[in-house]
Amino acid sequence: MEQQIVKVKNKRGVRVIPGFGLSMGVTLAMLGCLVLIPLASLFVSSAKLGSQAFVEVVTTRQVVSGYMVSFSCAFLAALLNAVFGLILAWVLVRYEFPGKRLMDGMIELPFALPTAVAGISLTYLYSDQGWIGGLFAKAGIQIAYTRIGITIAMVFVGIPFVVRAVQPVLEKLDRQYEEAATMLGADRMYIFFRVILPELFPALLAGFGLAFARGIGEYGSVVFIAGNIPYKTQIAPLLIMMKLEQYKYAEATAIAVVLLILSFLLMLVINSIQIYTQRFHKG
Amino acid sequence: MDRVYEQDMVGDGIYSLQKVVEPRKKEDNSIIKYILTGISVLFLFVMLILPLAVVVINALQEGWSVYRENVLDEYTIKAFQLTVLATVTAVAVNTVFGIFASYLLSKFYFRGRQVLAALIDLPFSISPVIAGLIFILTFGNIGWLGEFLKAHQIKIVFAVPGVILATIFVTLPFVFRELFPVMSAQGKEEEEAAALMGAGGFTIFWKITFPHMKWSLLYGIIMCTARAMGEFGAVSVISGHLRGKTNTLSLHVEILYNEFHTTAAFAVSSVLVVLAVVILVVKNLVEWKKR
Repeated sequence: MEQQIVKVKNKRGVRVIPGFGLSMGVTLAMLGCLVLIPLASLFVSSAKLGSQAFVEVVTTRQVVSGYMVSFSCAFLAALLNAVFGLILAWVLVRYEFPGKRLMDGMIELPFALPTAVAGISLTYLYSDQGWIGGLFAKAGIQIAYTRIGITIAMVFVGIPFVVRAVQPVLEKLDRQYEEAATMLGADRMYIFFRVILPELFPALLAGFGLAFARGIGEYGSVVFIAGNIPYKTQIAPLLIMMKLEQYKYAEATAIAVVLLILSFLLMLVINSIQIYTQRFHKG
Repeated sequence: MDRVYEQDMVGDGIYSLQKVVEPRKKEDNSIIKYILTGISVLFLFVMLILPLAVVVINALQEGWSVYRENVLDEYTIKAFQLTVLATVTAVAVNTVFGIFASYLLSKFYFRGRQVLAALIDLPFSISPVIAGLIFILTFGNIGWLGEFLKAHQIKIVFAVPGVILATIFVTLPFVFRELFPVMSAQGKEEEEAAALMGAGGFTIFWKITFPHMKWSLLYGIIMCTARAMGEFGAVSVISGHLRGKTNTLSLHVEILYNEFHTTAAFAVSSVLVVLAVVILVVKNLVEWKKR
């Protein structure tokens, strides 16, 4: 009898719930039409270009500097977001103060605010005539139309990802470990770095990865503040846009394919680190 | 968590220990608390509040009548209508897709489940500009469907359908992302029991699955609305910026700004700011209700 049950399981799985075929069909059809087929045409078009022309396009000085600007600014922004996001999540979970709920509700603002609006608003704020840019201009630091400006825009779009990744983990974190560490004589810094941070690390890394990816792809909020000076503040998505406006579809496709592959590799690395640390942590 | 629960059941006093420790937490008015809270408040003020203030102040800098004129401009209203159309369509498609996909992935086990979940998340990690580009490569004049569409006089690229398609692409994982964890956590025992007792597919979904996921669904719809409304990069590539035809509010803001109509750009932006704030308030209400 027992064997029979096992056999049935192996053969078909146990599917008593109806609707498998329907939901599979709908999911695959929609995913295929809306995502996979269009995405495939990207690779088909880039294949048409030929490998030599492809390499030529993506290794021109302008394109390489575009990748460099995108990745370096997005990395720096994600790093800043990891620090500030951790502080924000910590304050929101661990402390009580007036206005906390309002603060918590505001975190998703960069997400809800259309990127073009954020773009022109940040540009105005950080330009030499703006409220903050003006202060820095007196000290001789230009923010808008430099890489600093790009980084600030990327910090703006990325901050909700880190806070919302860390917050739930911090909420669930069992305080008994900290209490035990305190009783065993550990000081605050030691507890934070040796007890709390290792627990938060996978979530923090996930938030970092999302913020990084968003920064690399971001267009609307960055393009206004970037100023688009060739070789200096042109981001990779902008280069794609420029090629499209010149009707150079093949070149735009080549730049896009490399950008896509680079960001996938990046996510792969981050995911692997995450899986590794989780395993390591669980022992 | 398990352990605390167990000890509570046994009643070996761990619960009372926690209560003894708890008051100490409230006295924790250390300098670190003030520094960290200060950093957080300053960060949010500079990064979130000031940009909003900039929009509102610049929108109103030439007075109410100019503001009204800018907001009630013919092209602004047309852009608003297109934004609403694209958002509503994207949300509808998203909802259907999100429900089916999360039902599939949380109630059934099959080979390639992980791959499918990863594929659904794809649009998240693709730059919006690339999202727009792929639709041009598919449906544009140079695309492999270009000839066919031309022969049948269907215009997708540089037309309204393209704007809608790009918006759908960018927002596709949103509802799924909210529903999937909740439905997975719920498990499938209840559905299995109902199926064994003879309930039909629709009854099972409506009476068992749906009540568990309705708040998450609403939450996903809200997030999707926010993103769809503000989508810029993808739409910018595919719309062709035809004023009054394929311009969404975000694109209209860009055009006005690039033409140095700064006040008008900020006035149109202020409409989007109001919408964003409304969405945030609704989101928080739903979150509060969910608990």
